[in-house]
Amino acid sequence: MDDLLAARLQMAVSLGFHIIFACIGIAMPFLMAASGYRYLRTREPLYKDLTKVWSVGVAIFFAVGAVSGTALSFELGLLWPEFMEHAGAIIGMPFSWEGTAFFLEAIALGLFLYGWDRLPPWIHWSSGVVVGISGVASGIFVVAANGWMNSPAGFDWVDGKAYNIDPVAAMFNDAWFTQALHMTLAAFAATGFAVAGLHAFLLLRHPNNLFHQKALRIALTIGAIAALLQPLSGDLSAKDVAERQPAKLAALEALYETSQPADLLIGGIPNDETRKVDYAIHLPGMLSFLAHGDFSAKVIGLDAFPREDWPPVLIVHVAFQIMVACGGILALMSVLFLVLQWRKSPWLFKRWFLWTLVVISPLGFIAIEAGWTVTEVGRQPWIIYGIMRTADAVSPMPGLVVPFLLFTFLYLLLAFVLVWLMYRQIKTLPDRYASARLTSNAPTQLE
Amino acid sequence: MLFIVIAFLVISLLFYVLFGGADFGAGIIEIFAGKRHYQTISKAIAPVWEANHIWLILVVVILFMGFPLIYADMSRYLHIPLLALLVGIVLRGCAFTFRHYDAIKDQSQDWYTFIFRISSLFTPLFLGMVAGGMLVGRMPVTMADGSFYSLFIAPWFNLFCLAVGVFTVCLFAFLAAVYLIGEARSEEETHTFVRAARNSNIALVLAGGLVFATAAWEGLPLVSLFINSAGAIAALVLATLSLPLLWVALVRKHVVASRLLAGFQTLLVLGAWFWVEYPVALRYENGKALTLFEAAAPAATQQQLALALIVGSLLILPSLYYLLRTFKKPVRV
Repeated sequence: MDDLLAARLQMAVSLGFHIIFACIGIAMPFLMAASGYRYLRTREPLYKDLTKVWSVGVAIFFAVGAVSGTALSFELGLLWPEFMEHAGAIIGMPFSWEGTAFFLEAIALGLFLYGWDRLPPWIHWSSGVVVGISGVASGIFVVAANGWMNSPAGFDWVDGKAYNIDPVAAMFNDAWFTQALHMTLAAFAATGFAVAGLHAFLLLRHPNNLFHQKALRIALTIGAIAALLQPLSGDLSAKDVAERQPAKLAALEALYETSQPADLLIGGIPNDETRKVDYAIHLPGMLSFLAHGDFSAKVIGLDAFPREDWPPVLIVHVAFQIMVACGGILALMSVLFLVLQWRKSPWLFKRWFLWTLVVISPLGFIAIEAGWTVTEVGRQPWIIYGIMRTADAVSPMPGLVVPFLLFTFLYLLLAFVLVWLMYRQIKTLPDRYASARLTSNAPTQLE
Repeated sequence: MLFIVIAFLVISLLFYVLFGGADFGAGIIEIFAGKRHYQTISKAIAPVWEANHIWLILVVVILFMGFPLIYADMSRYLHIPLLALLVGIVLRGCAFTFRHYDAIKDQSQDWYTFIFRISSLFTPLFLGMVAGGMLVGRMPVTMADGSFYSLFIAPWFNLFCLAVGVFTVCLFAFLAAVYLIGEARSEEETHTFVRAARNSNIALVLAGGLVFATAAWEGLPLVSLFINSAGAIAALVLATLSLPLLWVALVRKHVVASRLLAGFQTLLVLGAWFWVEYPVALRYENGKALTLFEAAAPAATQQQLALALIVGSLLILPSLYYLLRTFKKPVRV
């Protein structure tokens, strides 16, 4: 395997692994805090138990996220030293703020997890909220740094060196807001639906279990709101990408020829040789509308760029379709859920609804992985868009396939152990928490 | 502004050694003290290890934002020990968390414990080797016509780096032992940790000697660097003179005095080393050195970094104090 490919794959594996924990670290504390709030207001022991159960989830995923994030902060240099040598001074600023946010998150989490008996209740609860806020802030800072790679700002590039560095302008680059918004909503939608799916599965096995019913409602409410807002944020992102990175938009829509108006393609397999997309459904003028808000607008195709500046069209196009499809399904389910919730419908805990929740529970995270594939692969062949090529940034060390395989093995192993650990957590839940045995037929048993 | 950033770099590194180091050391102590004490050790580090670990992230961020040339060259030529360090950090953190949160305590506990201990031992070893590799003077100047060995192995694979690694392991174990005395829950446990503190202290002093000896062996003028600096000599003398005080504090089982003295000695030794090297950050094989000033990012960057660090520390330090205070006072029942 050539070193550039190995380095890119190692980065993909590391980011793809870390992003799951980062997203859970962003959204899960809010689930935990929502349940904690209910407990403080109602004093129902069930909510205290639910808060504790979720906080253990936060603790486990935060720890893995923290160490895999540490690995990433080194891997940036280990794999892309040329990039970091030039970019560090320009784009370090969001990372320096992220360090602060991350520090506060770790401190607040320590207080929340171990402070049940040591802190006044509302201070304890607030520490849980601080965990969530710091998590969101960390995510925004890191995504702002990624935004800069897509939309470089805050420096002049002369003869392979950066001059007139302005870290503030670099941080608030043109891409930071749309990317950060899309990522933050994605974290809430994916985590909400994943957690809801898990509790739905447990409800199928233990029908009428009150603990899982309450958990499902909280998780799904948060997930559904985010999943409903996500298409709006996606629309902002699409228009933004059309403006800033026309090559990426052309690749994700597999638009080979500049067109006016341009069709939106659903599905299809792009073929770089024939410059055609096979088996796709065409929606006339739709891409012009989505990209520029006008059904007859011109959309730049890949033909406007030299062949060596094209991103890998097939990967980007397919990943984009997957992301949109997953996001679409979640948005539709959100509408259904919110209607059922609002009408207080008994359908909410019917088997078919629960099964649907189980089946769609991984879609949010699949969408996140696919979405990052669009962002990152869609930026290729550039590591800093239009400034530095990925091939010129890679580590000079030969044999990069070895660290790639090492990290892949390590993360696969950790993923396997984590699933096993969660399984054992769930299996013992009724033994450890009395309220996890309550059914909705006899809700006052404990009170 | 640059000096503020350098101060934060040094302080973050020192705090990582003092606090994060003690967490690694706890794993090392577990190897020698045995399974009986694992409850105490887990309880002592569980609420704080993640916060302590973040000092390292701060060091990395300050390096790549404030001194990108240092970060880039370290990443290029010390790739292998840094990789080993990362694997160790990931394994240690995960094994500790999994051991703590596995709902069923069965055989799997032995596996977590094994991974936790092994990674607690080898992670500081590689951390020390990275530090040694920066200063030993084997960094390649150019990529051109170097073999894999001379470019990516030789910079860190030598006796001096190994000695610095061993020194780091001993230092972390020593800090952990002193810290754990205050966490002991029985007379017998106190005794175990006092003994661990004594043994690791002796090992630490020997390892320190080894660092100087191997430096001479590898042609690094560490001894003359120290001898020519009055401040460094004073610090080392002070550290040595305070050793008997520490021993008395240990024998008397005086928790606060032992902790303060152990921290004070670490500060003196690391401070003296930093003082004689300053402002050198990397030494190359052609005898040239890269200083903090040469590697520094432009003023605009330093200004933003200093601002983030100052504001950040105003938020972090009170919270950290609150965290440590919360878990260092007995529970009111």
